[in-house]
Amino acid sequence: MNVRLYVWQRGTAALMAPLVLIHIAVIFYATRQGFSAADILSRTHGSLVWALFYGIFVAAAAIHASIGVRNILSEWSPLDARRAGLFAIGFGLILAVLGFRAVAAVVLW
Amino acid sequence: MSEALAELSVSLWRGAAAGRYETYVVPRRESQTVLDVVTFVQRHIDPTLSYRFACRVGVCGSCAMTVNGRPRWTCRTHVSKVVAKADGSGRLEIGPLENLAVIKDLTTDMTPFFEKWQEAKGTFAPTKTRHDAIEQIRPDSAARVAADAAIECINCGVCYAGCDTVRWNAEYFGPAALTRAWTLVNDERDGGNTARLQAVAASGGCHACHSHQSCQELCPQTLNPTAAIAGLKRRTAAAYLKGEIKACETKP
Repeated sequence: MNVRLYVWQRGTAALMAPLVLIHIAVIFYATRQGFSAADILSRTHGSLVWALFYGIFVAAAAIHASIGVRNILSEWSPLDARRAGLFAIGFGLILAVLGFRAVAAVVLW
Repeated sequence: MSEALAELSVSLWRGAAAGRYETYVVPRRESQTVLDVVTFVQRHIDPTLSYRFACRVGVCGSCAMTVNGRPRWTCRTHVSKVVAKADGSGRLEIGPLENLAVIKDLTTDMTPFFEKWQEAKGTFAPTKTRHDAIEQIRPDSAARVAADAAIECINCGVCYAGCDTVRWNAEYFGPAALTRAWTLVNDERDGGNTARLQAVAASGGCHACHSHQSCQELCPQTLNPTAAIAGLKRRTAAAYLKGEIKACETKP
């Protein structure tokens, strides 16, 4: 891992730390209140705040996880650094697409 | 030489990479070191046994071997410390250092270890000539304290042999080379820091470290290479964000 990837991985980790805490707090709140899926969707629908919150979360997670996967592949698999990088980019894109699709589903529809 | 107390069975690695452990019986003596055991075998049982040592007092760093699965400086490791049973009937297995190619028996090729010191810019880059006044360095300055913390490295290779990241990533510089770089980064007289930070920020440099802290656990000088590497991570990240160094996928 070079310094650019290090800065991105640590930066996204620092960004995600408070987001994870808020995410867990929201899960506890929603379950203790006994919210149904419809209750939750009624609150998230059209909300710019939740779109930004989970949009940033998805982007940070996709970047952070793909850098980690690249490191694991380059140390533990026969792939060279370039192929491990390409695989990691593909993995990050899949995470981003799945994540943004989920965000869109709870905010737009 | 002190009187023999009992006998000790010792397994020594013989041959190169495709060798095997062979067992020898040596006299068990009081205050006996692991190096004493190896030396006894070489002088009294099999003179073809190859191993390295020089000072015998923990200064030169040449006698490191794998003792019962753990890299150690053999001249300062008492048999009583590594053999479980007090009567000497416990297991003693001595092999070459790991993460380095075996030349023969207990000797390894240290070339990559020292080449990585050079690649990490582990040499002092002077900024003055003999005609300049000697620079005054306060021994209690933060930079000097950081440099002093890592300067006692004896290049024994124990941290390199015990490092999981070196095992997994052949291009990783390893704890010793990065600790040396950290010493020079904190040396106020040195003028080579931009090139040094650039070198250790590349792939295979300080950011490859997983902070397992095996180096800190194993270092016979009780140094803390993990802390030195963490310092390099902070300094290189700051230099990168300021635009002083670039991110290189390969070593510059």
